[in-house]
Amino acid sequence: MDEAVVWLTIFILSVFVGIEVISKVSSTLHTPLMSGANAIHGVILLGAIIVTGSTDNNLALAVGLVAIVLAAINMVGGFLVTDRMLQMFVRKKPAKQPAGEAGK
Amino acid sequence: MTIPVWAQLVYLAAAVCFILALKGLSGPKTARNGNLIGAVAAVVACALPFFYADLDHVPLILAAVAVGTAVGVYGARTVQMTQMPQMVALFNGVGGGAAALVALLELNEVVSTSADPGWFHLVATAFTIVVGSVSFAGSIITFAKLQDLMTSRPVIFPGLRFVFPIALAAAVVLCARLVIDSTMLIGIVLALLGLLIGVLLVLPVGGADVPIVISLLNAFTGLSVAAGGYVLSNTLLLVAGTLVGASGTFLTLLMASAMGRSVSNIMFGALKGGSTLGSGVASDRPVKSANAEDIAILLAYAERVIIVPGYGLAVAQAQHTLRELVDVLGERGIEVDYAIHPVAGRMPGHMNVLLAEAQVPYEQLKEMDDINGDFKNADVCLVVGANDVVNPAAKTTPGAPIYGMPILNADEAKQVIFMKRSMRPGFAGIENELLFEPTTTLFFGDAKESLGKLLNAVKAL
Repeated sequence: MDEAVVWLTIFILSVFVGIEVISKVSSTLHTPLMSGANAIHGVILLGAIIVTGSTDNNLALAVGLVAIVLAAINMVGGFLVTDRMLQMFVRKKPAKQPAGEAGK
Repeated sequence: MTIPVWAQLVYLAAAVCFILALKGLSGPKTARNGNLIGAVAAVVACALPFFYADLDHVPLILAAVAVGTAVGVYGARTVQMTQMPQMVALFNGVGGGAAALVALLELNEVVSTSADPGWFHLVATAFTIVVGSVSFAGSIITFAKLQDLMTSRPVIFPGLRFVFPIALAAAVVLCARLVIDSTMLIGIVLALLGLLIGVLLVLPVGGADVPIVISLLNAFTGLSVAAGGYVLSNTLLLVAGTLVGASGTFLTLLMASAMGRSVSNIMFGALKGGSTLGSGVASDRPVKSANAEDIAILLAYAERVIIVPGYGLAVAQAQHTLRELVDVLGERGIEVDYAIHPVAGRMPGHMNVLLAEAQVPYEQLKEMDDINGDFKNADVCLVVGANDVVNPAAKTTPGAPIYGMPILNADEAKQVIFMKRSMRPGFAGIENELLFEPTTTLFFGDAKESLGKLLNAVKAL
């Protein structure tokens, strides 16, 4: 099989998987899901590391390092902020919380 | 550079983990684990090149990773829950910027070695540069809109409807030019064009629709990462980017339908006829207002109360005071529920996050479809800092920017109490007829202060 066709196959299948896998999401989870997906495309960090590591030109090196910083912000910040949001969804015990503790 | 088989297998495993992560994130019980799986896979994948590739500049690369990590951790830790939407926009934007820079570097590699990588490779490179830049610039504008650094109203200037298609056409032409004659100059101009398109794309979008745009730009970044994966011959980037691009596009459509809007209407509605513009002026028609004691009596002698929280509640950080008030009402035997509109707050699901943070029991949060039939049985509907999601214009006024958006039927309650800072219209910039209904009572002031007064007044009864 031609190599380009292999790439196309992977692409098309990924499109279907991407849609199928989130098709049942409830609206309460839209924000965390968006944020989590946002973090996943932060793996462009991987690409940034590879191109930066194989350059021998100072300007390109500088640009590559900027790309690495940006991608790392995307990836690390994205996963952490999603986790912070999701902590809020942990089910509380039905017993009443004592009032006043949080109302400062 | 060829990737050894073992490393390719690890990439495959990471790709599977990303699929599982998205799957997990779409269910409330599995969401946190899903996110964790995604994070572990991403870290492992990024560490991989250090083991199989012969990388130069490793200390500098590690330093850059450390800087980015520190900034990301700081941002994610310190951001307030109310500012979450703009934080996600910012993280998304820098990811798009990174993808564009990676593609520019790869183009530089092609130009300097004067190898012919084939036309499709160059088209994918151009695509990554343009779409990554669009995502970067667009996200910065959405950030500025949500952070109130600029007006959240649609920004339109004469000629915008011509400039935008011209910029798009120029990008396509230059992309074709890059295939015939690859130079760095064309790559850089493509990046600048991408930035321009990103700005033009987001400027005309009204504040209420910005979350949809964030989601769309998120999908854009995904697609540009996918194209970047093809350029770098890296299957993991291709799969991860495509997954995000596809699920992000689908999520955008879901969100738009939750707001009763079409995506093309949101993106280009202002260009066509300015229909996303509201009147935006505060009217001086008479309204009924009352003080805390009167409203406390209304609440304390009701049997059923429904609370409609909105972004104003979050801005005032009043969710804790509200929960105290609800607890006191509950002790008096009053049945209280929160009616959560799917787009309450500034993003779908945002309000659930904020109320969960204030330790409101999950069971009291009712989704729109579950509670809408209940409003007619409610003695009092307390609207705290919400506006557009209870605006009957969505049902009655064709041509209103929010027309067709499903709303909470607050107008069916026997009494409506509207807590507002002022008579200013809501985020969508249109007047709310509900304010002028005879059953509506207004209670002016900062949500936290007002709720505090209300709490004391109810306790004193």
